[in-house]
Amino acid sequence: MNLTVASSPHIRGDFRTSRLMLDVVVALLPALAVGTWILGFRALAVTAVSMVSAVGAEWLYCKVTGKQNTLRDCSALVTGMLLALTLPASVPFGIVVLGSVFAIVFAKCMCGGLGQNIFNPALAARAFLMLLFPAALTHYETIDGFSSATPLHRMVMPALPENSLMDMFLGRIPGSIGELSALALLLGGVFLVARKVISPKIPLAYLGSVAVLTFVFSKTGNPISWMVYSLLGGGVMLGAIFMATDYATSPVTPMGQILYGIGCGALTVFFRYYGLFPEGVTYAILLMNLATWGIDRITAPRRFGTKKGEQV
Amino acid sequence: MKRRFFGGIHPSYRKELSVKATPSVAVIPKQVVIPMLQHIGVPCVPLVKVGDKVLRGQKIGDGDGLCVPVHASVSGTVIAVEPRPHPLGKLVTAVVIENDFQDTTVRPSESCGNAEDMDPDTVLGLIREAGIVGMGGAAFPGNVKALSAVGKADTLIANACECEPYITSDDTLLRTNPEQVLRGMQILSRVLQPKRAILAVEDNKQEAIAKVNGLLSEYTGIELSVLPTRYPQGAEKQLIQALTGRDVLPGQLPVSAHCAVFNVSTFAAIYRAVELGVPVTSRIVTVSGEAIREPQNFIVRIGTSFHDLIEVAGGLNDSTERVISGGPMMGIAQSDLSVPVVKATNSVLCLLKDRNGAAENPVCLRCGKCVSVCPMRLQPLYLYRFEKAGNAGELERLHVMDCIECGSCAFTCPGKLPLVERIRSGKQLLKEAKSK
Repeated sequence: MNLTVASSPHIRGDFRTSRLMLDVVVALLPALAVGTWILGFRALAVTAVSMVSAVGAEWLYCKVTGKQNTLRDCSALVTGMLLALTLPASVPFGIVVLGSVFAIVFAKCMCGGLGQNIFNPALAARAFLMLLFPAALTHYETIDGFSSATPLHRMVMPALPENSLMDMFLGRIPGSIGELSALALLLGGVFLVARKVISPKIPLAYLGSVAVLTFVFSKTGNPISWMVYSLLGGGVMLGAIFMATDYATSPVTPMGQILYGIGCGALTVFFRYYGLFPEGVTYAILLMNLATWGIDRITAPRRFGTKKGEQV
Repeated sequence: MKRRFFGGIHPSYRKELSVKATPSVAVIPKQVVIPMLQHIGVPCVPLVKVGDKVLRGQKIGDGDGLCVPVHASVSGTVIAVEPRPHPLGKLVTAVVIENDFQDTTVRPSESCGNAEDMDPDTVLGLIREAGIVGMGGAAFPGNVKALSAVGKADTLIANACECEPYITSDDTLLRTNPEQVLRGMQILSRVLQPKRAILAVEDNKQEAIAKVNGLLSEYTGIELSVLPTRYPQGAEKQLIQALTGRDVLPGQLPVSAHCAVFNVSTFAAIYRAVELGVPVTSRIVTVSGEAIREPQNFIVRIGTSFHDLIEVAGGLNDSTERVISGGPMMGIAQSDLSVPVVKATNSVLCLLKDRNGAAENPVCLRCGKCVSVCPMRLQPLYLYRFEKAGNAGELERLHVMDCIECGSCAFTCPGKLPLVERIRSGKQLLKEAKSK
């Protein structure tokens, strides 16, 4: 009998990279469903094109560079889906494909592949597309083809949007495909936490700091409404739950995750208040991506057997 | 107050496979191989030569320094004194005895008797002469550990957590002979004079808990602490943290947290040594796993080969992938089944191929799950990374030496990284860098 001699442990849990990735896809389905319901079939088509081209780009990259095919980890599906959900449903398909290919090839594979990338690939691609096609990326249409401003645009005035809070919560507003319904995104977030795919630390710290800052530095006379609209409008929910929790580009230490979430929230509010665009989530998270390794380093867990602040 | 240790995991325990009413008596083998090293420390020098007749319980090896004697586990004739494979994966000098099946036993030690009438030195002497080592797997000489805790430990802990999946040998001992464990605790309490003596058990052993509870009134001064099941609760540092809230200092022994921890099997052996005068010549061993036909617990003579034991348990399934000495999380995979059961062998585990086994091309996602489960609050993903980079300085900064190799990180890792393996080699790397 041939016995295998290998290092302990001899049993492993059933967590798998592909399972984690597919869980994220499942968690995004409610948001995609709302996007399709509000914005029409084109939202679904944009998402499909983005996912297919992300997978295609990764397949091609592996083929061309002779690297082992990494499609089975399913991470390209997530990247493609996330990018699409940050885009308006009216965006031309060519732009979607370009963004998807950029995300996979430049932001992920060329940085060393899964787990090695510095920037969140979907957001890096979005930032790239914003530079090239700012109009297409901020042109929002209703299902009937009328262009319309998002609630966030109105908040730049600054003024409270006309949309009711319930509409914003459920997603009956103009906006990017995956950003409409806070409820759908929260459902996805609860699913991910329940499945132990993500820890709630980053989303809570992110949303918490946005809440505190918009309440304290409210631009209208009603800080509570301003705070709630700030949380429900734009990409904060999608960013906090699905983008800032990207494994490769966020800290791994418990303390680091909280700091990182707070940093993302603070920068988001800062960019929204002082930035060129009404939205600041993309650049806030990309900037914090850069700080991830440094944050991990300064927030190493206290060594076992030592007291707070003690150096051993 | 119930406390928790940091981190930890919930593997599938599979203990039901091997839990039976009473341990069966193993077939006593024709031949036993008794290694001269069954403890952490200096190997024994053989006291017998080929051709000698030996009795069961006769001392056949002893030495100076950090060393406890070994004894013949059957009566018969010495047929070889030579290096033989050891479950630790190396060759160790062993005395091979051909069994005469008479089981003629040496007379019990003369100084044994009621521990209440003994001074501490006599008790420690009896513990040493009986060859007692930590029987939970660590195999640290029992008398040395006890002596080092005299006057320093205020808490004596009997460890019956048995947190490794599959293993039920401590559970079996507690279900069948709880009196021996409790008496052993009383004996050592007389030596150490602790403020508290705690028997710690996880809540997945309800029958053992009921048995002990029924006896506690007869054994004054002993508390039973039932802890919520979680791996690695039975690791010394984690158990101390869970019971007392204290941390063992980095690189130091439990006595730095004023605790002395012994496995329950060790306490039972202490009772037999001190009050019956009997050395360690047998122990309870769990033979389990999906690859063995009749999983159960056996009372096994030290020196019985894994092969013989597996035969008694119905033999191996044809698709057996691994045979492990110890548990699935920390045990050592064996290549040669002629290795003998030693004092610290609590389990012989036979496993089929793990469907969640190692990946061909493991990739770290940076998901951080290893950080959140590490009971020593380390960052396994960075240890892995810096070991690969050969960076001893970073490994030291990240306290690689603190790793207890419990395997929680590797168990949890979705990328199936060989974390424990690489961290172990990271320790080696740091040691070599320091010795230069």
